[in-house]
Amino acid sequence: MNLELILFLILTLVAAFSSVMVITRKNPILSAVYLILNFFALAGIYLLLNAQFLSVVQVIVYAGAIMILFLFVIMLINTENEASILADKKPIKVFAIFIAVLVFAQIAYLIFYSNPAELSNGTIENLIKAGQIESIGRELYTTYILPFLIAGYLLLVATIGAIILAKKKFE
Amino acid sequence: MPQNSQEILLMLPHVVIGVGIVISLLIEMYSKKSETILPWISLFVFVFAGVHSIINISANQILFGGMLEVGGKPAIFNFIFNIGAALLILNSIDYIKKYESNHGEYYILIQSAILGMMVMAGSKDIFMIFIGLELMSIAFYVLAGINKKKSSSNEAALKYFLLGAFATGFIVYGIALIYGVSSTTSVDSIIQNFSTFTQNILFIVGLLLFIIGFSFKIAAFPFHMWVPDVYQGSATTVTGLMSTTGKTAAFSVLLIILSASLINYNIDIFAPYFAVIATLSMLYGSIVAIAQKNLKRMLAYSSISHAGYMAIGLAAANSEAFSGIIFYLAAYTFMNIGAFGIISIIEKQNDANTDLTAYAGLASKSPILAAFMSLFMFALAGIPPLAGFFGKYYVFISAIEADLTWLAVVGVFSSVISVYFYLRLVVYMYFKESEKDIDLHIDKYSLLSVVVSGILVIYFGISPDSLLNLILSVVN
Amino acid sequence: MEQSIQPLENYIPIFLVLGFAAVFALAVIFSSKLFGPSRPNKVKLSPYESGKDPIGSIKERVSIKYYLVAMLFIIFDIEVIFVYPWGVQFKQLFGEFGIIAFLPMLWFLIVLELGFLYIYKKGGLKWD
Repeated sequence: MNLELILFLILTLVAAFSSVMVITRKNPILSAVYLILNFFALAGIYLLLNAQFLSVVQVIVYAGAIMILFLFVIMLINTENEASILADKKPIKVFAIFIAVLVFAQIAYLIFYSNPAELSNGTIENLIKAGQIESIGRELYTTYILPFLIAGYLLLVATIGAIILAKKKFE
Repeated sequence: MPQNSQEILLMLPHVVIGVGIVISLLIEMYSKKSETILPWISLFVFVFAGVHSIINISANQILFGGMLEVGGKPAIFNFIFNIGAALLILNSIDYIKKYESNHGEYYILIQSAILGMMVMAGSKDIFMIFIGLELMSIAFYVLAGINKKKSSSNEAALKYFLLGAFATGFIVYGIALIYGVSSTTSVDSIIQNFSTFTQNILFIVGLLLFIIGFSFKIAAFPFHMWVPDVYQGSATTVTGLMSTTGKTAAFSVLLIILSASLINYNIDIFAPYFAVIATLSMLYGSIVAIAQKNLKRMLAYSSISHAGYMAIGLAAANSEAFSGIIFYLAAYTFMNIGAFGIISIIEKQNDANTDLTAYAGLASKSPILAAFMSLFMFALAGIPPLAGFFGKYYVFISAIEADLTWLAVVGVFSSVISVYFYLRLVVYMYFKESEKDIDLHIDKYSLLSVVVSGILVIYFGISPDSLLNLILSVVN
Repeated sequence: MEQSIQPLENYIPIFLVLGFAAVFALAVIFSSKLFGPSRPNKVKLSPYESGKDPIGSIKERVSIKYYLVAMLFIIFDIEVIFVYPWGVQFKQLFGEFGIIAFLPMLWFLIVLELGFLYIYKKGGLKWD
């Protein structure tokens, strides 16, 4: 067993454990904290796959910023009666199990039965480079320059929307 | 990046709107009179982009190394988006005064939404489709809730956002599977190898999820839950924009799948799906609309059934369907924008004036509005010789060519049902006494917008060949 | 890009820092439990609210303005994510395209900073 395999096993176990904890906790704040743990484990797995940039983004955006939104939403809504609301909603659980089985079947199919797609740009060496920040920067600012510019407008609209919808007193 | 000035010239509609958003934002921040300046800037931007697209329709090129298509088919769509938006801006000038704040943002968001649609219509890469869709959708979510004082507007924004985000989830999952199988995001190379990819079940599942996501956006039957509440709760001009140009943008993406099966010798695996969607949407929309007393809600159900008629074309999947759907979208856009324009005039003073009873006796109070409203209702019902008739005609013809005569029959049957509720409004306007006093204030810009929509609906009806030939010239 | 695969050994310093942080945090918490005296009684265990008897639930709803700040934070966080790879790759891009390589990012930042200015002008940063 080399170092990578050991780390991979630890990280996957942590990820699986924390995601189970997320859906079984009664207290939503605890769920959110376990979700952070899950995000960190995923960031570690990205690191093992040699996608350093993705790993950093995962920590900065998801574990950092998105989780803050999660926590604020939990504090924004009143979660006191949440248990009693969920208690008489059996169909939701059945539906959730159905979806979970479906997704699981799909991933199992992907892993065991489907042939992996042919790599568009050849060698494994290129694939390893793909996760690195240099190649991401290169692709983003040459091939995908137009989506990048549109993304700027998307963020602008999100800014305006946040101000319009969430600001109480408007000047 | 664009290599020469010629390519930049072809991109001018996108550039003008992009710059227009920035300038509008600056004016909104620094000018006290932004409310009076911004409509005209938006109007200029939209008219310029629409006219520029239609003039350069033959200059079909793909820019940015296979990202964005300009000219050709996208030019037609750009024309529909921009002229539709320009007409709604004319309507909004007076209507938006009803709301206390956020006038400037209203125009900025409409420009952003149109930019997103233009990106969607011209995209040659799945990333572009997705980012254009998000730009459009997020602008619409905010526009739906721009009137924060009204609880139904807030409800509309929240419902639209939650279900729209749900649909987006489907689309992203679908894109992931499509990319996993094809290992490319280029629409063209996916279309070229379509028959190879379809042997892989994961590709079909991915494409199905992608289509289901867009079925939400076109408001087809099993995915229509958000439509009535959102259309009723949003500002009328925003509803007009969502129901016409938003639907057109979603269809512009679905047409990619149609062209994929056209190129690959009619391997149309999704025809059964679209046939079911079309049947259910047409019948559901037409039947439920009968029970509606609120005009905006009625048009929401009518919008569901129109999505059904257009989906007939997707099921037929031949070249007639391709041009038929584009024709139908253009016709639907202008007649619906006209109808919503009139609703916005009537509703201006009082939100409750969207009920059918508010239209009782309109013919005696304002003959011109009543006449145009009847025109749009006849057009929506598909009565010849108006634009709506030819839209339905071309789509039904394509279904018959594709041996889907039963679908065309269902379509005709549903049209007959829909005549009842469209004509009921006409009856209210002409043959009923008015019960309540409506303070009618018709401003000249709204009237201009209604008249222009009316002229377009009549023109496309009297000489459908003018538009159809234009569409055929770019489709082949 | 000389070294395409980062050997995992390169991360050992980072792991060491992370491990040290975790151990230190846990040690501080548990050492106080271990060494401090613990004689709880009813008064000590009741929540402290300025000496008064506690009222209401701890699950208070917070104002939406916290949320607004968090949302704006995310938007500019994402902006940083875009700028970072550009900064790393800028030398090569500049060598290839010249000054044109600079323009898309300039426009991107203009659009976003206008958004920031908009927030400021509309009082989005005021705590009212």
